Amino acid sequence: MVKDQDYLKKTASFCIDLAKKLGATDVTAEVGHSISETVNFRNRKLDESDRSDSLKIGLTTYIGKKKSSISSSNLTEDNIKTLIERCIDTTKITPEDEFNSLPDKDLLATKIKDLNLYDDDHIKNDEKIEYLKEVEEVALEKKEIINTETGFSESKSNFILASSDGFLNGYKSSSFSASCIAVAKNANNKMERDYEFTSTCHLHDMLKPNKIGSLAAKKTIQKLNPQKIESEKISIIFDRRISKGILSVLASAISASSIARGTSFLKDKINEKIFATSINIYDKPDIIKGLGSRNFDNEGVKTKELKLVDQGVLKNYLVDTYYGKKLNLKSNGRSGGTSNLYFEKGTISYKKLLKLNQRTLYITETIGHGSNLVTGDYSVGATGFMLENGVFKYPVSEITIAGNFNDMFKNITLADDLEFKYSTNAPTMLIEGMVAAGK
Amino acid sequence: MTDFFNKTDLSKNDAEKIISETLNNCDDGELYLENSKSESIVLDDGKIKSSTYSSDLGYGLRAVTGEVVAYSHSNEISKNSLKQSADNLSSTLKSKKGVYNHEIPRTNGKFYTNINPIEEKSLQSKLELLREVNNYTRAKSGIVQQVTASFSGEHKSIEIIRSGGEVLTDVRPLIRFNVSIMLEKNGKKETGVYGIGGRQSYDEYLKDDNWKKVCDEAFRIASVNLDSKPAPAGEMKVVLGPGWPAILIHEAIGHGLEGDFNRKKTSAFHNLMGQRVASEGVTIVDDGTLHNRRGSLTIDDEGTPTERTVLIENGILKNFMQDRLNARLMNTRSTGSGRRESYKHIVLPRMRNTMMLNGKYSQEEMIKSVDKGIFAVSFGGGQVDITSGKFVFNCTEAYEIINGKIGAPIKGATLIGDGPSILKEVSLVGNNMMLDPGIGTCGKAGQGVPVGVAQPSILIDKMTVGGTQL
Repeated sequence: MVKDQDYLKKTASFCIDLAKKLGATDVTAEVGHSISETVNFRNRKLDESDRSDSLKIGLTTYIGKKKSSISSSNLTEDNIKTLIERCIDTTKITPEDEFNSLPDKDLLATKIKDLNLYDDDHIKNDEKIEYLKEVEEVALEKKEIINTETGFSESKSNFILASSDGFLNGYKSSSFSASCIAVAKNANNKMERDYEFTSTCHLHDMLKPNKIGSLAAKKTIQKLNPQKIESEKISIIFDRRISKGILSVLASAISASSIARGTSFLKDKINEKIFATSINIYDKPDIIKGLGSRNFDNEGVKTKELKLVDQGVLKNYLVDTYYGKKLNLKSNGRSGGTSNLYFEKGTISYKKLLKLNQRTLYITETIGHGSNLVTGDYSVGATGFMLENGVFKYPVSEITIAGNFNDMFKNITLADDLEFKYSTNAPTMLIEGMVAAGK
Repeated sequence: MTDFFNKTDLSKNDAEKIISETLNNCDDGELYLENSKSESIVLDDGKIKSSTYSSDLGYGLRAVTGEVVAYSHSNEISKNSLKQSADNLSSTLKSKKGVYNHEIPRTNGKFYTNINPIEEKSLQSKLELLREVNNYTRAKSGIVQQVTASFSGEHKSIEIIRSGGEVLTDVRPLIRFNVSIMLEKNGKKETGVYGIGGRQSYDEYLKDDNWKKVCDEAFRIASVNLDSKPAPAGEMKVVLGPGWPAILIHEAIGHGLEGDFNRKKTSAFHNLMGQRVASEGVTIVDDGTLHNRRGSLTIDDEGTPTERTVLIENGILKNFMQDRLNARLMNTRSTGSGRRESYKHIVLPRMRNTMMLNGKYSQEEMIKSVDKGIFAVSFGGGQVDITSGKFVFNCTEAYEIINGKIGAPIKGATLIGDGPSILKEVSLVGNNMMLDPGIGTCGKAGQGVPVGVAQPSILIDKMTVGGTQL
């Protein structure tokens, strides 16, 4: 069983009291516990079982404007005491920083809304195995599929965030996820791999196993016999798996830290048009059962809905206490990043989007870390399909796609197929004017 | 050395008893105990941004039978907790029967000393040096807009207890010092990053003003990029510089030669053993025995001593990298490549220091032979799709080559290639092999482990460069 709120509160309060006694002027502590159980299957046979029991504490002490942190998974009283003493000693000799402080008291979350993030259901490993058997059965029905690896994971977590200002809050959450990675082989022994998965807060919201198996098999087989294309300037469609990546780039580039440090290509772009007029972007923390839902951020600041981009115009940065003070902005509860971040859906159907251009490259997967947030330059490896007049013609691989986010953002057209499968979500996305490099 | 049974109701005898009972009918397995301390001190924007110290303690109990691995880990080292883990393992493996393999090679070797790098240098002197780094770097030029410098250090003690009571231990120091710089000139911004590290004390790497060289190098890379023009798009010849660019080998070849993917036949290399996978002049080894290197280990995380494993010899595929599980299933022996990020993770076959050995050509000869192509000197990260064999890596410093001469610097771009065929495109292997500066972390199945790479300059006849200029 995951530890209850009382235990976590007691531990956090003990640490805060001790740190204060040893000379800290302010203290924050986070105590978290999680238990997860995973079963992995491969080719209809049990491959691995994994049980994880993890208790962790993080503590930050302030002496005036000086600050230092410790973390530990060894929660014996002796060890905690030694660590807090060490933390205080370190704090004393760390230079002052005028922006170091706890969040403003009036910004702290006071009401905790039940976002239905915890499901008490427990699924036994034997039941997980039944689910995975069905996933693999369906995937392996296809003769091209030569290998399947599937996994089912359940986890229950609980945490408490506490500060010497009196903040003491936390809540339980749960996660259930299952995935299937399939490998297909063609007549020349060339292999391709693809996957499907489901991840939810509640057990009964998971996709049915046959759906995961059949989608994984279908997506993998479609990739067989890929071609390399000529290098050319071409319209590119990002599948929903990767279109959300554009939002992750945006979130990093508009974090108060990147802005304050001057290392973002979007510095000084507040209230400027950075996307096409049709684009609206929200970060909504209070979606019931949402994968990114939360009541408060890493510092206890209340997290409210933000419209980050309104008709193409950048309206908000993601602000925490430290960089907020530096930028002269109030924290908007985004220490630790966004919650449920998404593009408002577009007005055109998926089918119509595919047909907007005569030739289009449809990308399903990118590899590499080719996003440069300082310059906005983007270059990654890609696989996908060539589309002609909206029809999938052949799979494409061993190519790269490249552009600059400043231009890419302005050339986005969104389909109307937004779904909430991840914590950050985007509809299928067309970007015009990028370059694909192949032969 | 950590005494893991000091402050708990679990005695070493109890633990041995539980281990032996649990693993009695299994092929393999062990109790892995770990006590790690780590620190991170970061200077950013002219201030000490954070100083963090972390202390982590825990165990992982593993039982292996046939192809099945049952694992349970916790940070509570107690009789109750270990019993619960043992029950969990037994229930997974209830219908399986194995015969425990007691054999494990021993070593007297040691590839690093028993130091605790965190305590070897006082916090005061670390803070002082970070301030000096900031001042020194900003004084270099008025165009320096941002300086981030960091120390990270780790001291990890591990103990492996096998069924029957055999105990293997290791103490592993690891440090890294890193500097990142952003320059701004005429409205254009570029960054440069450089770092050094390994399994010795900080001062071994920083002494004699060596830290200044780290700052200089980060500054140089950023300066070069300020004058960069858009990168070309399409297939062309590529000359890779020596040292860190060997992450090409790590991504293109290394992952595909790890035992698990080949046992499962999901690697593009699984049916190529004994066959030609590279040009004649190409020899690649994975070596865990280099003294004080970031990727080196005295014993791996199953207790097997590491070794120098020849992967490709004169172009012919010779060996895969193995842990005990995959070695047993493939009828071979462990190469000491079984690694895990921490007690929270299962063992996987992983790389250590992956190196392409010297050939006979000079870098000048290579560049001279290229009419149109690029010369890539420094890289960010890379990634590979094991199954299709396609891999990428990102240039952070590269130049165009025109008519045998190095030309203008080009913007960072991704290079993409096909693992099983790329080494056949290597036409010249240089004579200037260099180790990387000790900064690599390899990710696999969500686990990060420290690794090293090395290579001489090489000429690749055909690779796709992912720029924007057609």
